[in-house]
Amino acid sequence: MAATTAEPVPRLQPPEPLARVLAQLKNLGFGLLFLWPSILLFSAFVFYPLIKSVYLGFYESDPLGNQGDFVAFDQYRSVLGGSEFRDSLWITFKFTLLTVVPGIVLGLGLAMLANQKLPGISIFRTIFASTVATSVAVASMMWLTLLNPTTGLVTWILDQLGQPRLNLLNDPDWALVAVSLTTIWLNLGLATIVFLAGLQGIPERLYESARIDGASRLGTFLHVTLPMLSPTLLFVTVIGTILAFESFGQIHILTRGGPLDETKVIVYSIWEDAFQSFDYGVASVKAVGLFILVLGLTALQLRFLERRVFYQ
Amino acid sequence: MATKSEALATRAVTAERAVRRRPWGRYALGYLALILAAAVIIMPIYMTAVNALLPKQAIVAYPPKLFPSDPQWGNFPKALDQVPLARYMLNSTIQTGVIVVGQLVTSSLAAYAFAFLRFPGRGLLFLIFLSTLMVPLEVSIIPNYQTVSTMGHVLGGHILSIDSYQALTIPFLATAFGTFLLRQHFMTIPKELRDAAAIDGYGHLRFLLFVVIPLSRPVLASLAVFAFLSAWNQYLWPLLVTNDDNMRTVQIGLAGLRGREIDSFNVVMAGTLIAAMPMFAMLIFFQGQLVRGLTAGAVKR
Repeated sequence: MAATTAEPVPRLQPPEPLARVLAQLKNLGFGLLFLWPSILLFSAFVFYPLIKSVYLGFYESDPLGNQGDFVAFDQYRSVLGGSEFRDSLWITFKFTLLTVVPGIVLGLGLAMLANQKLPGISIFRTIFASTVATSVAVASMMWLTLLNPTTGLVTWILDQLGQPRLNLLNDPDWALVAVSLTTIWLNLGLATIVFLAGLQGIPERLYESARIDGASRLGTFLHVTLPMLSPTLLFVTVIGTILAFESFGQIHILTRGGPLDETKVIVYSIWEDAFQSFDYGVASVKAVGLFILVLGLTALQLRFLERRVFYQ
Repeated sequence: MATKSEALATRAVTAERAVRRRPWGRYALGYLALILAAAVIIMPIYMTAVNALLPKQAIVAYPPKLFPSDPQWGNFPKALDQVPLARYMLNSTIQTGVIVVGQLVTSSLAAYAFAFLRFPGRGLLFLIFLSTLMVPLEVSIIPNYQTVSTMGHVLGGHILSIDSYQALTIPFLATAFGTFLLRQHFMTIPKELRDAAAIDGYGHLRFLLFVVIPLSRPVLASLAVFAFLSAWNQYLWPLLVTNDDNMRTVQIGLAGLRGREIDSFNVVMAGTLIAAMPMFAMLIFFQGQLVRGLTAGAVKR
């Protein structure tokens, strides 16, 4: 490079085609040198399994978990069109609704409380964010005690309110609500953090002009806060939906999919088929179904992520 | 710099004005709402702490005790004694440490290639990287589990096998999210810096190590904290690839406490608190980085 010109201005002149090709090849070499660890890992643990899952769906499994007969699309048709998959899909939708909507309302409420300018507010911010530091297992073990039907705090609160006692985790009508309660609490810290960041991104002058215009508190909330928060709202909705679709740990610990399969979300049913019944074929079909569902959701998330980072 | 401090000063003034303008009633109302909300949020953690300190017979009493009148600190050593909690914590620490360091290394390298090197196919390759974000872990677990158990028969299972740290970590050493995050930051570093470094004889690797990395410390910290959080909290994968109790991570060990021969539930709660401690410490000491990492893109992977 240095040999071609003595003056350090070669960038202004169009390089010769050959030199350009050589430079690009050299960059390609360096690029691959820097990229190969990621490429190798993604190939082995993301792309290969994805293709393998689709492939496994074409084969039935024998009771020992070995690959059985090739059935082409028959298994896809029977599993994805079957009532079991439909039921778990319906439960997953209910679970999503039960966790995302309250999560947004509570998260936004907490963030607005934490956005006040008061001395000592940072202590409250830490407390509100604290559930981010609890893992699925920790949260589930904590709620297991709270939900204990004879000695738990929830039973005590129901007694104080004069309501009939409920064995939430063992009642087919209430188990999903109980799991949702745990999940809402678990994800609340994250929602609060994201909403608080969104609120702090709203320019103060907007509130000042609203004040000058004599807008009420509700009016300010509806016409300034909510519209300015719309990207954050979308973000939290998408994240919450994906988290709900991928939930497993709290169900594995709290209800094991029961009672009467009322908490058997898609991921739990995949796990059960694959690792309890060793039916890799059926489980793979369900996994491919889940992939297609989450694909739409993640596409949305990615588009948002891109916008967010570009305009930061 | 001047504009930034100006903005800060303006903000401080408006904040001061807002506080001064606040009448005492509103002040009290604000705190009341905050304290009530904080009490509800912290209740599960508080009750766990109370239960962890109760004596054996008090934990089955009704109504539930809201305060430990006779705190049993001995429940904590009992938990460590009856369950290999220390071993679980060690496993989780190794697993998380390897994943955090691995992700920082692989994504710094990849992000550098995408930000500083021009080569044919770069755009396409970047898209392929991003597309991995669309494949949830849950979709790939069956083939990945098969890979790990098959590899257990290859070369004596030294590369990868069930019940190994490799199985817990290797599938998570690369991250498209991290690569994306770092690339966005690397692209803000002026290209002139690279040209100047090249004149000084810096190759790509030296430039990355001694110029780009030091300039990217805050982003790297956010990524590290984010990676720590998602690695430490993993549940489904460690459940699948660990059978040996000595290889269990904290999360799986904790879930297993339910079915174990344990003195009683107060000891289980003591164990739960011990298991939660590292993450609470993270929250307190690295809140800033945590918040930045999470708001940049909360992708649980």
